[in-house]
Amino acid sequence: MDAAAPHDEPESPPAGEKPSLSEELYLPEILKGLATTFKHLIRPEKFTVEYPEKKKPIPQNFRGEHALKRDAQGRVKCVACFLCATACPSECIHITAGPTPPEWTDREKYPTKFEIDMLRCIYCGMCEEACPCDAIELTSKFYQVSETREEKYFGKDTLLRQPMKREYPDQG
Amino acid sequence: MYAFLIPLLKIVVVMAGLFGAVPVLVYFERRIAAFIQDRLGPNRVGPMGLFQPLADAIKMIFKEDIVPDHVDRVLYVLAPVLAFVPPALAFAVIPFGHPIRLLGDRIDLAIAPAGMGVLFLLAVGSTSVYGIAFGGWASNNKFSLLGGLRSSAQMISYEIPLVLALVAVLMTAGTLDLGRIVAQQAEFHLGILPAWNLFHQPIAFLIFFIAAFAETNRLPFDLPECEPELIGGYHTEYSSMKFAMFMMGEYVAMISMSALLVTFFLGGWSFPGIDPTSTALLSGIASVVAFAAKVAAVLFVFMWVRWTLPRFRYDQLMNLGWKVLIPLALLNIMATGVVGVA
Repeated sequence: MDAAAPHDEPESPPAGEKPSLSEELYLPEILKGLATTFKHLIRPEKFTVEYPEKKKPIPQNFRGEHALKRDAQGRVKCVACFLCATACPSECIHITAGPTPPEWTDREKYPTKFEIDMLRCIYCGMCEEACPCDAIELTSKFYQVSETREEKYFGKDTLLRQPMKREYPDQG
Repeated sequence: MYAFLIPLLKIVVVMAGLFGAVPVLVYFERRIAAFIQDRLGPNRVGPMGLFQPLADAIKMIFKEDIVPDHVDRVLYVLAPVLAFVPPALAFAVIPFGHPIRLLGDRIDLAIAPAGMGVLFLLAVGSTSVYGIAFGGWASNNKFSLLGGLRSSAQMISYEIPLVLALVAVLMTAGTLDLGRIVAQQAEFHLGILPAWNLFHQPIAFLIFFIAAFAETNRLPFDLPECEPELIGGYHTEYSSMKFAMFMMGEYVAMISMSALLVTFFLGGWSFPGIDPTSTALLSGIASVVAFAAKVAAVLFVFMWVRWTLPRFRYDQLMNLGWKVLIPLALLNIMATGVVGVA
């Protein structure tokens, strides 16, 4: 909102200054107020977003549920370095590392298990910041409904299936 | 045979209309409030949210009816009824249409067309303070008590300018019969301007209008129940249908006050095009519709004002009542007398 707009100026007179006659009589001021509210009454555009039918655009950097990314060959990008689990303030990331299959020549470890307890997660995004391989991301998915607690304990499969917020150029 | 049936029928129709209007009003109040605040308001239950009052009523009925241990049981149960009955009683004498002739009988479209209707109205109107005062007292809770006391003081204070404003109107009308007061207003000045008391007594109209807000405990004078200070005031301890009855009482009081305002100042059932001397059924229905439309318009202003103005401070309220409205009403009476004599 423009700070110089006339309606942003203080309505009441400064202390010590007498209100004008029309202000003391109330009625002219009340009529002005009624005119203002009537303008809003007949104004067609409303601020309400009727949620289930209409959705507000989610900001670019919204921190929703996590996703694990894949590289160009479709392998999980994560190298099981544990930096995310270390950075995590709520200790909700549980990784079990294992040796890579022999045909993966570019790395030694990969996560055999990668689990996030979404009920513990505070969606701070520290894991995303910590990751050296850009393998974990907080997506813009925020419909976080489930019927059991177990469903909120995400395994590697679930995390790999999450829809991506945006595509980054693959850094190889 | 007809002699007792017709009044009964009139009572049933008027009461059904009155109580049927309450949920409609609640719906409109919420929608208008929302629109004024650039929101949408209830629009989910039924088309455009029209069944919302039904949902509200079902919720109210199925709520547990709690009577706290520390209350005065008799008054506690009596208070919602007392808040609800006097405003409904006022409708007994209000003429809502011109007399019609049906099957050879002349029927007045008022439940009890009393020659002293105005006195009855004022007497009944002043008892409406009991409901709120009892509710506050019986709840045995300091916030409720404060609400009840405020209400007593406020309603008694504003009763005076209300009545004094009417005195000026009655001086020009020269009668206490509401039917005749309306019939007088059905005439025209210069052929176009209706002879409504609004134009004869603009100051009395203004005083009556302001006092009507205070008498019905509506914003900007809703001090008896102001949420931030008194947590609901007199109805804090009430739940379920007892609470609903207070709410209904408030809306019925609003309708009654609007009907009074229309009767005294806006020409009652009269409307350009409706022949006041006719006794035809169709013309009678048209006059009822005109009356209802005028009441609805006044009710809209009630709601419009509620969502425009902030609440008065208590001392401001008392200052306005005693130092402004009462002297103004007295001056108005004097001026009316001088003009009347001259």
